[in-house]
Amino acid sequence: MTSTTKHLLVLLSVVAWSLPAQADRYPVPKNPVFDEECASCHLAFPPQMLDANSWRAMMNDLTKHFGTDASLDEKRRVAIADFLNANAGGRKTGVTIDATGKPLLRITQTERFIRKHREVSPAVYQRASIKSPANCTACHANAAAGDYEERGIRIPK
Amino acid sequence: MRIVLLVLILAATPVFADTPRDFLNRYEKEAGAAGNPTRGGQFFVKRHGGEWSCSSCHTENPTVAGRHAKTDKPIKPLAPVANAERFTDTAKVDKWFRRNCNDVLSRECSASEKADLLAFLIGQK
Repeated sequence: MTSTTKHLLVLLSVVAWSLPAQADRYPVPKNPVFDEECASCHLAFPPQMLDANSWRAMMNDLTKHFGTDASLDEKRRVAIADFLNANAGGRKTGVTIDATGKPLLRITQTERFIRKHREVSPAVYQRASIKSPANCTACHANAAAGDYEERGIRIPK
Repeated sequence: MRIVLLVLILAATPVFADTPRDFLNRYEKEAGAAGNPTRGGQFFVKRHGGEWSCSSCHTENPTVAGRHAKTDKPIKPLAPVANAERFTDTAKVDKWFRRNCNDVLSRECSASEKADLLAFLIGQK
């Protein structure tokens, strides 16, 4: 075995070892408009959690944003839409569409979210301390920093 | 006489950085009447045909922090006495009135409703 191959093997095993942790990290890129406008009502959900089609559909109808009016002036709306488009999805997110081919708007309905939370019973989300599956921070204390790793999870009673 | 006084006060108000009182003046001028704090307080806690009142998120006491009724995200106090940032930025004030009135009343708020609300909030100790 040449020394280059050896180095490559070491490198590969380090990458493999760190993969599971990396998979649950969603660093949210800094963007002042996104932070101010989106994170004033809810957690700054990582753009990587939905694909670009989903974000586009969402940003095109902010007056009815999950039952509330989240409308923005056009300049800010476009700025956020561009930011989401540039940072959307990726391989681990896959395509976020429903069975009829329409873009999913709820991260909690994506295939990846459902798979990752299959051990959590629906009753858990009803707890007063949690309220909704969209309340990431209830169980992932460092969600705002993009940390959704297994070891940081604490499900409140 | 009151209207004359109001006009004089408005004319004398400088147009520097916005203060809560600037907003009150602006809405009173648009409404053509002084804001009524009692009416503003009732408006704040009442539901207006929809699921939410202002107090659903801001609580019935605007000097304390609230929580978003749906997302549970903490909301800083609304009354200027408890949060000096409130009612100091026209774009923000216009944006939140537009959104929140739509959520609570399914329409825009009138100038007199805004004047009442400002009078109520400014009157908080």
